[in-house]
Amino acid sequence: MIRKLTLAAAAALALTSGGAEAAGGEGREITNYSFSFEGPFGRFDTNQLQRGLQVYTEVCSACHGLRYVPIRTLADPGGPQLPADQVRAYAAQFEIEDPATGDFRPRTPTDHFPGSSLENAPDLSLMAKARVGFEGPYGLALRPLFMGIGGPEYIASLLTHYTGEDKFEAGSMFYENTAFPGRWIAMAPPLSDGQVEFADGSPNDVEAMAQDVAAFLMWAAEPKMMARKQTGFTAVLILTLLSVLLYLTNKRLWAPVKARARQA
Amino acid sequence: MAGIPHDHYEPKSATEKWLHSRLPIAALIYDTIMIPTPKNLNWMWIWGIVLTFCLVMQIVTGIVLVMHYTPHADMAFASVEHIMRNVNGGHMLRYIHQNGAMLFFAAVYLHIFRGLYYGSYKAPREVTWIIGMLIYLAMMATAFMGYVLPWGQMSFWGATVITGLFGAIPGIGPTLQEWLLGGPAVDNATLTRFFSLHYLLPFVILGLVIVHIWAFHTTGNNNPTGVEVRRASKAEAAKDTLPFWPYFVIKDLFALAVILAIFFAIVGFMPNFLGHPDNYIEANPLVTPAHIVPEWYFLPFYAILRAFTADVWVVQLVNFVTFGIIDAKFFGVLAMFGSILVLALVPWLDTSSVRSGRYRPMFKWWFWLFVVNFVVLTWAGGRPAEGIYATISLIGSAYWFAYFLVILPLLGVLEKPLPQPATIEEDFYAHYGSAAHGGAAPQATPAE
Repeated sequence: MIRKLTLAAAAALALTSGGAEAAGGEGREITNYSFSFEGPFGRFDTNQLQRGLQVYTEVCSACHGLRYVPIRTLADPGGPQLPADQVRAYAAQFEIEDPATGDFRPRTPTDHFPGSSLENAPDLSLMAKARVGFEGPYGLALRPLFMGIGGPEYIASLLTHYTGEDKFEAGSMFYENTAFPGRWIAMAPPLSDGQVEFADGSPNDVEAMAQDVAAFLMWAAEPKMMARKQTGFTAVLILTLLSVLLYLTNKRLWAPVKARARQA
Repeated sequence: MAGIPHDHYEPKSATEKWLHSRLPIAALIYDTIMIPTPKNLNWMWIWGIVLTFCLVMQIVTGIVLVMHYTPHADMAFASVEHIMRNVNGGHMLRYIHQNGAMLFFAAVYLHIFRGLYYGSYKAPREVTWIIGMLIYLAMMATAFMGYVLPWGQMSFWGATVITGLFGAIPGIGPTLQEWLLGGPAVDNATLTRFFSLHYLLPFVILGLVIVHIWAFHTTGNNNPTGVEVRRASKAEAAKDTLPFWPYFVIKDLFALAVILAIFFAIVGFMPNFLGHPDNYIEANPLVTPAHIVPEWYFLPFYAILRAFTADVWVVQLVNFVTFGIIDAKFFGVLAMFGSILVLALVPWLDTSSVRSGRYRPMFKWWFWLFVVNFVVLTWAGGRPAEGIYATISLIGSAYWFAYFLVILPLLGVLEKPLPQPATIEEDFYAHYGSAAHGGAAPQATPAE
């Protein structure tokens, strides 16, 4: 019995924490990075979001867009929290065709980020929720239950899991990537060590940048995550208290009925 | 209105008498709330309140969501993101509405299984059961159309697959499908009509719920023994029952609070766990998702739909006998709708005169196998329809039909039921009386 329990505990541990190597399900290798925003009390790391924004702006935005994200939200509490003047300056570097005049003008904070400039590059606004890192086993959803759905882990893994192999097929280049379903992806390895210089001197190897940009994209996909968790926690707390009160009320209410039954 | 004798509302003040002679609304509310309820109801009798709460919650959150949603193929997806990002509390409204539909279905399945185990569908409660089945059908239609509204990939392709079911009907199928979609394929016309109906159907459900409550308030509640409340006199009925308010209202509210605590933990901490990530990709008619799966609450029926492929001998036989009119695709559609039809007809398929599964030793086993089978079908429906999963789906589908069409009719004849208590009071006393003496009573199963 004890042996069985130990085995079960070991298996549970392997499922939850031991995902450091691989085990994404469906033969993909997804690293189970630990992000600051995981768990019921997880919060976005403002500095990491700012670094991620920098990586996104200097690297990803060359091809990809964030068309559903309003630029003004960069100043929102819980987000990258850029000061208002920096948000204005950030917006102004992208142009937009003004629907009223038909002329191009610099964007303002109330405009959204530009969409993808490369036709086949998917928009990244919701990418962290539109991809799965952990699934299975056998459709039982145990990995996502214990490890999370793994959208940001998938993004970070995709950026770091290039093998260096490539092939030319049907007129396009494909690069081998162990995190990508089907293994061959059309996107060339976008990051290289030291590619982005962070003002605060944070590490800028591929691993670090991949995690920063994955965290930023999680914020872009779910900017209200912290508010949601706080609301959820408050609701659970109040409902638990209410449950206790209603349990006691119910017990007291039924006590004479049950006492009569005992005497019968 | 109930057949069980009990105190009725008597207008006392002049104002009450004035209103009562013009509109007896106070009497209606009093009689509804004070209905005599069997005192031995267990924790499986809470789902009615949970379901009523779900309906109200879905209508209220839905009405607010509509204020910010744009039903147009080019703008629907962006308007949902607008709700998630810009509307005050919009992310909570949307997640509550989305997960609320799942709570609604989880509760309705438990409610239906409760009815199946305790024989709540048997005479004189067949009409309550049929109305319940109509509510369930309306719920499925509402949930399906609601899932299309965010206009994600699964919305679009789910709508394509499900409306394709109607296209499989021989002869009128393609015309019917085009009429449903408002065009040759899922498009803006489909979205706008689904939006309209998604707003309408909940109020149809609300009306049906009122009739459902009216029906079982006329017959009185079933209870875990399946023995009827004595109703020769008011005093006799009072021994078997307690008024709904406050005894069952408080009990049900306690259960509701516990369930909502779990619900808000899911909404707060893992709102996308039960959803499909592909629905965060905007609908694209040119890209088909690798696996098209409906929401989890449709998966058992999706498994039945896909189970009957052209290589199953029953399908081949039917195909041969009908000169090819019923092909594998149409057979699957018939099986899926048939599986709900046999469920609706269970009052006439179950031949046993004993109501409660508690006193049916053989039935119990088949019933729990049916529950396990339901879970297995849910799981198989979410897997690719190939290899072992296709076989499992086929066996599960066969058991579904065997349960209603063979096992339930035969059990009534073959089974020798256990003795039932003479009255509800006796059951209640046996339960709480023996508990007082600290003895382990054989019938002490409050949450069965």
